[in-house]
Amino acid sequence: MSAITINNISKSYGDVLALNRVSFNVAKGELFGLIGPDGAGKSTLFRILTTLLLADEGEGYVVGHHVVNEYKEIRKKVGYMPGRFSLYQDLSVEENLSFFATIFGTTIQENYDLVKDIYVQLEPFRTRPAGKLSGGMKQKLALCCALIHRPEVLFLDEPTTGVDAVSRVEFWDMLQKLKQKGIAILVSTPYMDEATRCDCIALIQKGGILSINSPQQLIDDFRRPLFAIKTSATYRMLKALRNANFTASALPFGENIHLITTSKMTPKEVKEHLDELNIPVEEVTAITATIEDVFLELSTLKEPIKE
Amino acid sequence: MRTLRYLIQKEFIQIFRNKAILPMMTVMPIIQLLLLSNAASNEVKEVNIVVVDKDFSESSRLLNRKIEANKRFHVIAATYNNKEASNYLQANQADIVLEVPHDFEKDYLRGERPKLQMLINAINGQNATVGSGYLNAIIASFNGEIMPVKSIKDLQKTQINISSRNWYNPELNYKHFMAPGILAELTALLTIVLSAMNVVRERELGTIEQINVTPIKKWQFIVGKLVPFLCVGMGLLTVGLLVSKVAFNIPIEGNIALIFGYAIFNLVAVLGLGLLISNFAETQQQAIFVAFFFIMIFVLMCGLFTPIESMPKWAQYLTIPNPLAHIISVSRKVLMKGSGFWDIRWEFIYTIALAIVFNTLAIWSYRKQV
Repeated sequence: MSAITINNISKSYGDVLALNRVSFNVAKGELFGLIGPDGAGKSTLFRILTTLLLADEGEGYVVGHHVVNEYKEIRKKVGYMPGRFSLYQDLSVEENLSFFATIFGTTIQENYDLVKDIYVQLEPFRTRPAGKLSGGMKQKLALCCALIHRPEVLFLDEPTTGVDAVSRVEFWDMLQKLKQKGIAILVSTPYMDEATRCDCIALIQKGGILSINSPQQLIDDFRRPLFAIKTSATYRMLKALRNANFTASALPFGENIHLITTSKMTPKEVKEHLDELNIPVEEVTAITATIEDVFLELSTLKEPIKE
Repeated sequence: MRTLRYLIQKEFIQIFRNKAILPMMTVMPIIQLLLLSNAASNEVKEVNIVVVDKDFSESSRLLNRKIEANKRFHVIAATYNNKEASNYLQANQADIVLEVPHDFEKDYLRGERPKLQMLINAINGQNATVGSGYLNAIIASFNGEIMPVKSIKDLQKTQINISSRNWYNPELNYKHFMAPGILAELTALLTIVLSAMNVVRERELGTIEQINVTPIKKWQFIVGKLVPFLCVGMGLLTVGLLVSKVAFNIPIEGNIALIFGYAIFNLVAVLGLGLLISNFAETQQQAIFVAFFFIMIFVLMCGLFTPIESMPKWAQYLTIPNPLAHIISVSRKVLMKGSGFWDIRWEFIYTIALAIVFNTLAIWSYRKQV
């Protein structure tokens, strides 16, 4: 039995199509990432799966329960961490945790082993109101509260947004540990670099799934020649590249420009072409793709691929 | 059961931790109670009068003296000139102009019927009616006093003598009348505002999103909100009654337990309405505006400032779904008149019906799912 199964789920807000026939499966103990920019429909999907929102079309099952007909069962068995910090800011760390333990009919002691690794970091701030915690600490507390009733599926909606880099890494380490305890985790993030830490990812844009695969497979499938170009004249270079006949796409990527060419070329050939254009080039290297390259490549295709 | 207990406990922690709500719930209503009970008086204590005495006789001077001697009247001017007198009215300085015509005494002694003229400034209807009532009473007693001068025969004429006593508030102490009403009103208002703001606050902060994905049942959620605010309301009622007793020495004729017993139902009804408003509002701002809509109607139609009996018939029916009208009626009846349960059974029946309707709607309209 898979932890989450969704079939052709669609949802519109008025004229805006938030989700367009989305389908995927999440297995038990799988860390499944939903990767896409803001407004892609990630939160809408979370709200449908956590039984807060009704889909217009399609079916969804969470731990074998139908999201509409058996919503009461689902609410007992899932942990949900909304995108916005949703704990009681005026209650202390401890009070929040025991509150959520109690409303799920359990106690902190009973499931302490599950949250122990995370909670020890919060222990020094036990009596501090949740609103006065740092961003990273807030996320850890929210995760504890979502876990305290030993859920079978964990829904984490952009858990690392607005959290510093160190805390983000720690957070993903925790998710790896939880996964090993057999908890299925559906996590969304706008950060492409976090995608590699998932077992499987779905790239989502404008309500449609672009691709579903393991991060490694997505990268391996990316067979187009990709180059990183270092230049001091980024804007001129971009403009020139986009007019060049060998360019499939050229996008700024941090301090570099990532260039995909239409046919196989060596870095040397690329550099020669660029020198002809009379734009200063410092370095051209052939690189392997990142998830971000994959995403950008897929998202520039006109239509999202259909399964 | 444990869930419910913890929900209530959580709400209490939040109430006592909120630095703004606590004084709002205790100090502010007490200040209002003291202030309003002293200030909001319908009593007409001072009537400014201008006497135009054109007769200048023994009788007219006697009348004048009687008016001056009455502590409710303040003679601001005496003149012979009608024009000047009406200027006082025009300038809003005088409430009443009393004109004693020329030959007043002469006509009177002749057995004719002399006429006095009263010009009343009716901009303030309350002052006008009460003031002219006082003056009429003075003139009537004046009439009685000068009567014997006329003839022995008249003395034998029987006169109807009216003597009145004010039951339940013998000294017509306005504060005794106002304080219980204002207290009842403040308690109801505070609870409606607190409850109307509460659920919507959870929605604004996003905490409701997290709560909704839990096995909490609708009724548990609503009862979890109801009980703490009920306790707050009862606490305020207790403190308010103590303050009223100490500050105004209000009478407590009836059984005080009856007041508290009734107040529980009343507050539950009011809280139900507050939660109902909260369920439909998106923001605290919306909630407060809707709450104010009801508060204005409730306050002005609850019988505190204007008697329900003098409202038009349709408006009287509209006071039935007004919980404020019932609690004010109960507090006055029990405190001042010493009414028992049977005397206030209708208030109980209406209030319980309201409590059931409002709370059922509140539970029904609280949706965990969109």
